[in-house]
Amino acid sequence: MSFLRNEKVRGILYQLITIVGFVLFIMYIAQNTSDNIEARGIKSGLDFMQSTAGFDITETPLEFNHTSTHWDVFKVGLANTLIVSAFGIVLATILGLIIGVARLSSNWIISRLANGYIEIFRNLPILLQILFWYNVVLASMPSVRQSYNFFGSIFINQRGVYTPRPIFEDGSWLIAAGFIIALLAGWLIYKWSTKRHDETGQEFPVFLVNLGLLITLPILAYLIAGSPVSFEYPVFKGFNFQGGRTFTPEFLALLFALTIYTATFIAEAVRSGIEAVNKGQKEAATSLGLTPTQSLKFVVLPQAVRIAIPPIINQYLNLAKNSSLAAAIGYPELVTVFAGTSLNITGQALEIIGITMLTYLVISLFVSAILNWFNKKMKIKER
Amino acid sequence: MAVYELKPTKQPPLSERGAIAWIRHNLLSSPFNILFTILSLWILYIIIPPMVKWFVLDANFVGNSKAECTGDGACWIFIREKFKIFIYGFYPESEQWRANLTMGLGALTVALAVIDRVPRSIKIASILMLPVVAIILLSGGYFGLAYIETNQWGGLLLTLVIAAVGIVLSFPIGILFALGRQSKLPIIKTLSVFYIELIRGVPLITVLFMASVVLPLFFPEGMDFDKLIRALIGITLFQAAYVAENIRGGLQAIPRGQYEASEAMGLTYWKRMRLVILPQAIKVAIPNLVGSFISLFKDTSLVMIIGLFDLLSMVTLTTNDRDWLGLSTEGFVFVAIIYWIFNYLMSRYSKNLEKKLDTNNKD
Repeated sequence: MSFLRNEKVRGILYQLITIVGFVLFIMYIAQNTSDNIEARGIKSGLDFMQSTAGFDITETPLEFNHTSTHWDVFKVGLANTLIVSAFGIVLATILGLIIGVARLSSNWIISRLANGYIEIFRNLPILLQILFWYNVVLASMPSVRQSYNFFGSIFINQRGVYTPRPIFEDGSWLIAAGFIIALLAGWLIYKWSTKRHDETGQEFPVFLVNLGLLITLPILAYLIAGSPVSFEYPVFKGFNFQGGRTFTPEFLALLFALTIYTATFIAEAVRSGIEAVNKGQKEAATSLGLTPTQSLKFVVLPQAVRIAIPPIINQYLNLAKNSSLAAAIGYPELVTVFAGTSLNITGQALEIIGITMLTYLVISLFVSAILNWFNKKMKIKER
Repeated sequence: MAVYELKPTKQPPLSERGAIAWIRHNLLSSPFNILFTILSLWILYIIIPPMVKWFVLDANFVGNSKAECTGDGACWIFIREKFKIFIYGFYPESEQWRANLTMGLGALTVALAVIDRVPRSIKIASILMLPVVAIILLSGGYFGLAYIETNQWGGLLLTLVIAAVGIVLSFPIGILFALGRQSKLPIIKTLSVFYIELIRGVPLITVLFMASVVLPLFFPEGMDFDKLIRALIGITLFQAAYVAENIRGGLQAIPRGQYEASEAMGLTYWKRMRLVILPQAIKVAIPNLVGSFISLFKDTSLVMIIGLFDLLSMVTLTTNDRDWLGLSTEGFVFVAIIYWIFNYLMSRYSKNLEKKLDTNNKD
């Protein structure tokens, strides 16, 4: 039996045992599942996606009515997940950057305040924060008749926030074109200035010039096209506000909680990224005669970004996954309407949960692909 | 001969020492800083006084019904009256000593695990014993203890049970998956990678739905799982993937020489791992592991969505009580304080460990 002591033989044996056990387990589960499904009279397969859902959804970025199918439910849910995630990512990044920089401020009171913010909100469950915003803060808003009124255009009450809605008329494409041209020009300027900087050492105020382009070109296009954008204001009619854009309390509670919670982690990533830059690097930059601004711009930030970006991207993914907690307050995203309502109507748990998981998995894989690309690009090139 | 006498050193000028210098350097060093200081003081002024008023000055402490909450501040009477429900859920009052004993044993286990001088074997034994003892003690049915169904468990007790069981059981599973992912055997490696990435790619709530709705379909009719056990299975399997990734980080931090040296000594795979590699890898991974335990502790609140009555959902339920309507702020603040204390202590512990283990020379 000495050949059993050979590690290679053992390896093959272990793998055989694993694969046989795995296959048997899967077969056992599959057999039981099909038996159970038959016994309980549940349908199987994906036909249900084409059948009429027969319920209404409160927020529908895509077309949806009572004749829509479960496939439409899926699409609306996914769209709502992506919308709240996109808003959340933008806001959390802004807030996180501010808090992260404030945390490193030389001003003692500012850095303590930022630290307090991080310590408080990072240590509370996100579900608690969502429920708090929904049941305490937003529920204490005034009734529709007593809405808070900001300049007669923004209204806040129990049913949500009402803001003006931009209406794009003919010729609006010029504004978009102006924006795209500004982006292209900015990229070319960046390339050109980097090349010149590498060759001659001369600097060019890339950031300011590009910012100027990004602001002026769309405005110029707006004026040339003859002001094609107008605003539709919310107006109080009958029992509620009509027109304008409405943000529901469900959406806002979820958005606030996700933003505030995720911002703490982004702030920590920013802080640890800047702190991780070796002290010697800053000292060397100073001894080369760089000013503090130059040292930050050319030495510290390029290294800090390389460390800070991967955890920040991971936080974006976490934010998208956490948006599924909307199920607790009924914001109609993927888990609430598809894994919730559709599942209750059809009873096809296996298929629906499977599709939901697969959807999140695809989003995750997409984000990790971006992350890998970034890491490869940022890898230190040694000569 | 003149002898040189050392004169006493002069103190720095008044503007460079003591509180004045500290304020000058840390609060007023530049016009911008002055502006920021004023801004922060203003923010503090807006937040702190109303909060102190609400929490303490205008709050109501005496009485035993909502009618006695006459002040403008918080109605802490509500918390005091419902305290037992928040902590034990529907656990029968005459048996609550069992819950207290369990929580005491949990605290003892944590204390043993945190103190350095306790031998590792005792730490591991007490941690592994905890879930078994806790479940026997809480559910009863043996040793003359009355049987108490799990749907009567609730409140903080349930939160702690879920967190403790999740942390302890996910650990060995996580180690196996981490070793599997680092293994040279292709099939085992593929299965481990597949599992870890699948679980880490989906939100916990879908895993919990899977465990609560789909899991019963996987097993023959009549083999019925308790709701709590289904949630525990879901949480443990979810947490195992994160533990595996943390341990993998530790495994990758071990120098190759350690692997080669242990191989050269002729140790078998399991001995190499158990005696040489894992003790070092786990030590490196502890700060990250504690981080993932904090996430797990916060995530236990999700069991609310599948209908278990943990601390958060117990409080939410109680705020709908007809005699105590309109007190959800007090309820949520109470839950927040409890969660915060646990998480803050854990994160402090992990920061201290990080400092102890960190030998890098950083600013």
